[in-house]
Amino acid sequence: MKLKLILAGAALALGMVGAAFAQDKTKVGFVYVGPIGDGGWTYYHDVARLEVEKHFGGAVETTFIENVPEGADAERVLTQMALSGHDLIFTTSFGYMDPTINVAAKFPNVKFEHATGYKTAPNVSTYSGRFYEGRAITGFLAGHMTKTNKIGYIGSFPIPEVVRGINSSFLHAKKANPDVEMKIVWVYTWFDPAKEGDATQALLDQGVDVILAHTDSTAPLSKLEASGGYGFGQAADMPQFGPSPRISSIFDDWGPYYIERTQAVIDGTWETVSTWNGIESGMVGVGEITDVVPADVKAIAEQMIVDIRSGAYHPFTGPINKQDGSVWLADGEVADDGILCCMAFYIEGIEGDIPN
Amino acid sequence: MDLSAINPLILIAALMVASTPILLGAIGELVVEKAGVLNLGVEGMMIIGAIAGFAVATETGSPFWGFIGAAFGAAFLSLIFAFLTQILLANQVATGLALTLFGLGLSSLLGQGYVGLKAPITPKFEIPLLSDIPLIGPVLFQHDAMVYFSIALIAGVWAVLKYTRAGLILRAVGENHDAAHALGYKVVRVRFMAIAFGGACAGLGGAYLSLVRVPQWTEGMTAGAGWIALAIVVFASWRPWRILLGAYLFGGVTVLQLNLQAAGLAIPVELLSMSPYVITILVLVIISRSTQAAPAALGRIFHASR
Repeated sequence: MKLKLILAGAALALGMVGAAFAQDKTKVGFVYVGPIGDGGWTYYHDVARLEVEKHFGGAVETTFIENVPEGADAERVLTQMALSGHDLIFTTSFGYMDPTINVAAKFPNVKFEHATGYKTAPNVSTYSGRFYEGRAITGFLAGHMTKTNKIGYIGSFPIPEVVRGINSSFLHAKKANPDVEMKIVWVYTWFDPAKEGDATQALLDQGVDVILAHTDSTAPLSKLEASGGYGFGQAADMPQFGPSPRISSIFDDWGPYYIERTQAVIDGTWETVSTWNGIESGMVGVGEITDVVPADVKAIAEQMIVDIRSGAYHPFTGPINKQDGSVWLADGEVADDGILCCMAFYIEGIEGDIPN
Repeated sequence: MDLSAINPLILIAALMVASTPILLGAIGELVVEKAGVLNLGVEGMMIIGAIAGFAVATETGSPFWGFIGAAFGAAFLSLIFAFLTQILLANQVATGLALTLFGLGLSSLLGQGYVGLKAPITPKFEIPLLSDIPLIGPVLFQHDAMVYFSIALIAGVWAVLKYTRAGLILRAVGENHDAAHALGYKVVRVRFMAIAFGGACAGLGGAYLSLVRVPQWTEGMTAGAGWIALAIVVFASWRPWRILLGAYLFGGVTVLQLNLQAAGLAIPVELLSMSPYVITILVLVIISRSTQAAPAALGRIFHASR
């Protein structure tokens, strides 16, 4: 116990020293779940980090640690970052939620921002994109482009964000093609190219010809390129796989948000927020729809983007039933964020159960 | 339970592809261990093979040269291990672990310029006549050449170990290096060659990941395949054909669980994922009763003057 006290004291002292040093320069840290070269999720976070550096010039110093496993290791990395004088730390994967909250409690003067989570604290904000808006477009395109009437979804972990993506994709695929079926494979990882490739192969073997991925690497597109079929850029534009197999993409533009929050720390106006921005703010973008998609379908999809941006259309607009057939949204009713944030059910027509 | 959604023939075709990297890594390690050396650096050599193969293939535009480059790159890395353990007599376990860490780091450094690039597509190699057999033909005989090469390699290693003088010497070195030395065999030279062979095989396995199975380069893409290869050598109780069985079993279960999910069957994923490891533990328990399975000099340091 005594040792713990001494350590805590030492930690506090170090933290103060760090804070004193950092006064002239604001230090911003990023924790990544994959390598910055994954070509997807982490790559785009790192692009945004570089935008922060460019925007502030010498006034802001950024650091990052990549390949940080979710769980106990994350807590160690976060503690180290907080001790080394960071003023603001972005933790960029869902599994960092509890580690972020735990470490933030020990360092009240350091601001934390956790991506895609739902737990906040006086010094912890959350931020995320309304990826389901983008998935409405890609789902719609998938429904149109499938010839076998089977589309596939590679899920990472069964968390609300992924379930939301599955529901949004399926709902809009169904709008494009009432006969469409969706096959879902969970890989239980954010980043493992070999496994993502194998999952793609398993889906192709089951007769799927359009695949929506919810993992971080470009492996599904690489695989599709070699074996045929269509896919989408996920979390990053991935234009190198266009015009086919990549027929469009959902990409995340974190730069403006990171700049805004860093500015808030510099100005001393930072406070806890739960940001959830979509296509309208630009945090979620839909990449170019390639010419492989027929022009009329492309026009409908582009109109859908315009309508979502203007607020005229919400991807979850009733009538929508839950998987068991019970009514979720009545005709014309729009889903509220309270339900969307914690979505843990499939909509009607999706087969299988959500794993625990 | 409705299994009709899964076509067993397609499943076999997929598992052959998914198993090839660990199969190559394991057969190489088997030869190394048969020579009495424990090289835990398979993961490191595999990832070096993955980046070396990818780099050479994209630069030359030829997957063939990619595989050659991968074999040489990883064999070169394994020679560092050989030098440290055979000449400087370093501890094999520690050196092997260091080799893995070194390989992972070096590969991400070398791979900086290759992220996001596309690999040239490895052509399918259709075996004449056999590939025309209905049903089985397209599944078993229309893979890329590496799949057949890996099976041929198993057969080759088996034949060499069992029937040739070279195989006998290798086994003698692995069973009792002092006796082999007394008979005039060059223990260190044999082990150097075995280690380089193991490195080359692991490199091919890694290149198969980055050139065929995924196909692209990403940091850390082997994601533990080397460790599975090591486990399979033990699982196979140091017998070549059992390596094939073990690797296909591992690969098969991986592919099967993804296919079961895609087919919408409700079997807990966790249960399937752990089954190969459970089987390995069971095999270990069984073979631990017979002392003859592992080469007697495995992991022991050889010095001629002692």
